[in-house]
Amino acid sequence: MKRVSLVFTLALAAAFSTEAATAQTLKTVKDRGMLSCGVGQGLPGFSSPDDKGNWTGLDVDVCRAVAAAIFNDAAKVKFVPLSAKDRFTALQSGEIDVLSRNTTWTLSRDTSLGANFTGVTYYDGQGFMVKKSLKVNSALELNSASVCVQTGTTTEQNLADYFKGNNMKYEVIAFGTNDEAIKAYESGRCDVFTTDVSGLYSDRLKLANAADHAVLPEVISKEPLGPMVRHGDDQWLDVVRWTLYAMITAEELGITQKNVDEMAKSDKPEMKRIFGTDGNLGEQLGLTKDWVSRIVKAVGNYGETFDRNVGAGSKLGIARGLNQLWNKGGIQYAPPIR
Amino acid sequence: MAVEPRKPPLQLVAQLQRALGGRAGWGGFVVQILFVAALAWIAYEIVANARANLQAQRITAGFGFMANTAGFDVSQNLIPYSGSDSYTRVFLVGLLNTLAVSIIGIFFATVIGFLVALGRLSPNWLLSRISGGYVELVRNLPLLFQILFWYLAVLAALPNPRQSISLFGSFFLSNRGFVVPKPIGNPGFEPFVFAIVIAVVGSLLLQRYARKQLFDHGRMIRIWPYVLGVLFGLPLLSSLVFGAPVKFEFPELKGFNFSGGSRVIPEFVALTLALSTYTAAFIAEIVRAGIQSVHKGQMEAGSSLGLQRGSTLRLIVVPQAMRVILPPLTNQYLNLTKNSSLAVAIGYPDLVSVFAGTTLSQTGQAIEIITITMGVYLLISLVTSAIMSFYGWRLGRSLGP
Repeated sequence: MKRVSLVFTLALAAAFSTEAATAQTLKTVKDRGMLSCGVGQGLPGFSSPDDKGNWTGLDVDVCRAVAAAIFNDAAKVKFVPLSAKDRFTALQSGEIDVLSRNTTWTLSRDTSLGANFTGVTYYDGQGFMVKKSLKVNSALELNSASVCVQTGTTTEQNLADYFKGNNMKYEVIAFGTNDEAIKAYESGRCDVFTTDVSGLYSDRLKLANAADHAVLPEVISKEPLGPMVRHGDDQWLDVVRWTLYAMITAEELGITQKNVDEMAKSDKPEMKRIFGTDGNLGEQLGLTKDWVSRIVKAVGNYGETFDRNVGAGSKLGIARGLNQLWNKGGIQYAPPIR
Repeated sequence: MAVEPRKPPLQLVAQLQRALGGRAGWGGFVVQILFVAALAWIAYEIVANARANLQAQRITAGFGFMANTAGFDVSQNLIPYSGSDSYTRVFLVGLLNTLAVSIIGIFFATVIGFLVALGRLSPNWLLSRISGGYVELVRNLPLLFQILFWYLAVLAALPNPRQSISLFGSFFLSNRGFVVPKPIGNPGFEPFVFAIVIAVVGSLLLQRYARKQLFDHGRMIRIWPYVLGVLFGLPLLSSLVFGAPVKFEFPELKGFNFSGGSRVIPEFVALTLALSTYTAAFIAEIVRAGIQSVHKGQMEAGSSLGLQRGSTLRLIVVPQAMRVILPPLTNQYLNLTKNSSLAVAIGYPDLVSVFAGTTLSQTGQAIEIITITMGVYLLISLVTSAIMSFYGWRLGRSLGP
């Protein structure tokens, strides 16, 4: 009887100690010593592991920047590859702290999924890829085509809207992962493959003969891609948000990975604020004074990250386009760091 | 002065103590109450914790989202469906797709399984080795690989629509699926169906009459000419009187795909093939075990009656083996139904793919959707086992006391 009552007491005590999720992700991450980051399953340029298991990509670098800001070590990240189906549940359940997986910012995702978007890493749109042998030059010629998509994405919904809006019929085959969809497209099961235009360029690299496939000119939707964090944690939202803005501001001010230390010695009031010599903006975020230099030393500024992963310095070779800075013809705009 | 004998404790109290606490008595009763209370409390804590977390993330709980517009299409829908229908409709479409694949898969798996089992037990050396090899191979490979294999093999073998294989100009086979002319109901459809029903009922009645005559009076009546006449004649008569029951919509190649007609998508074929062959290997072993569990004397008795091996198996051995076969067979049917959820790997829109996949990531209502999905699978499984139990009961009844 005594042993039984002891077991009871322990069980009740354990049950009592379950807490509701408190909004303390930053503290949890710092205690854990590691940032848990949800990424894709292999989209070159955004998040893909190389043959040694090192993750590279634009989304990956955003997570590394956050880790660098918190720990001064861009390697303190655990990457969790997620398909489009599982990504939101992983974020909601607390398995990952931030979802950086080329996810489109929409109203329903901002509200009903229990998550917040922190900013836009990449302004994109949805496009179509077809085999050149079909001799199709425009998406409006795709009546009664078969289309392969990845399930659980805005792609599926935009596709339905576009074909319905243009009174065209189509057959949709929705696969669980991107790779399965690409394989089916390549095998001829479907005529068209659709996803964000950046994804099309990236996936085309995976095909046997990239030159046999053409990306159609129509961009049928707005797809602002950015990181997501859970609702109810404003401090964590600010940390991830301002990490991206720090990268964009760094490019605006000409701070690069190579000249961080030099620029840190500058006397200009703006530079002093950014590098923490003046004021305590870093501490207000819950980070350290030198949070910006940590970020830029780890991954570079926004332009460098873009070029290295998806731009001129990578295999994808995508032009800056909309993702150029606001004062150079694009729409990447960071609020002032002051 | 006589000492008053002590009154024994009331029988009722002793019985109550035994009933409530068992051999541990009142103490046992108290422990049970505490245990149930602790369980209920833990369950309450879990639910309250989940609710608090959901509220902190401002996710709305409840099933109201089922009425929202789905906004996406699926490649196979057995009931009319379009992107502007609700999530409830999507759920039904997914459920019907799962049931379709499960029912057809169960049918083929049973047929193939029985055949392979008989093959393995056959005295023909080659046949038994081939059957054995099939079972060993298929049993030991993961199902997901087999599904992918069948899908890629089926797709690779088929031409693209512009070069499809065609039969009689109306049936087309390509890597978009097998396209057949679609029957569309005409006014003469209801009388036709009615006529068929009457014909079937009539044939059954005729059969019962013939059996009664055989058992009671020993008279053999050949009823098959009458049955054939009724089965063919009545529907023919109805279509002559009321008009043709259906007219056909023929498929034509327009642009990328065929329009008109009905289509069986390759995903469905691949999934059914994979599930059937995989489960058939397990069913074959179960059937073999069942047949071998019947005493060898039964087989010998059958041949001493002059029956051939096939008839002995059919009339004597297998009915007795069914008692051993049925419970594991039910297991395999349930496995097949649940394994059909791997359909998402090849893009077949079954319940898990369409509802617990796409709908879940669009609405974010993970707890509700997973609960519904689990509930549906549980219901399907319970219904299947109930049917199999009923069949087993009927069989047991007919085999004797």
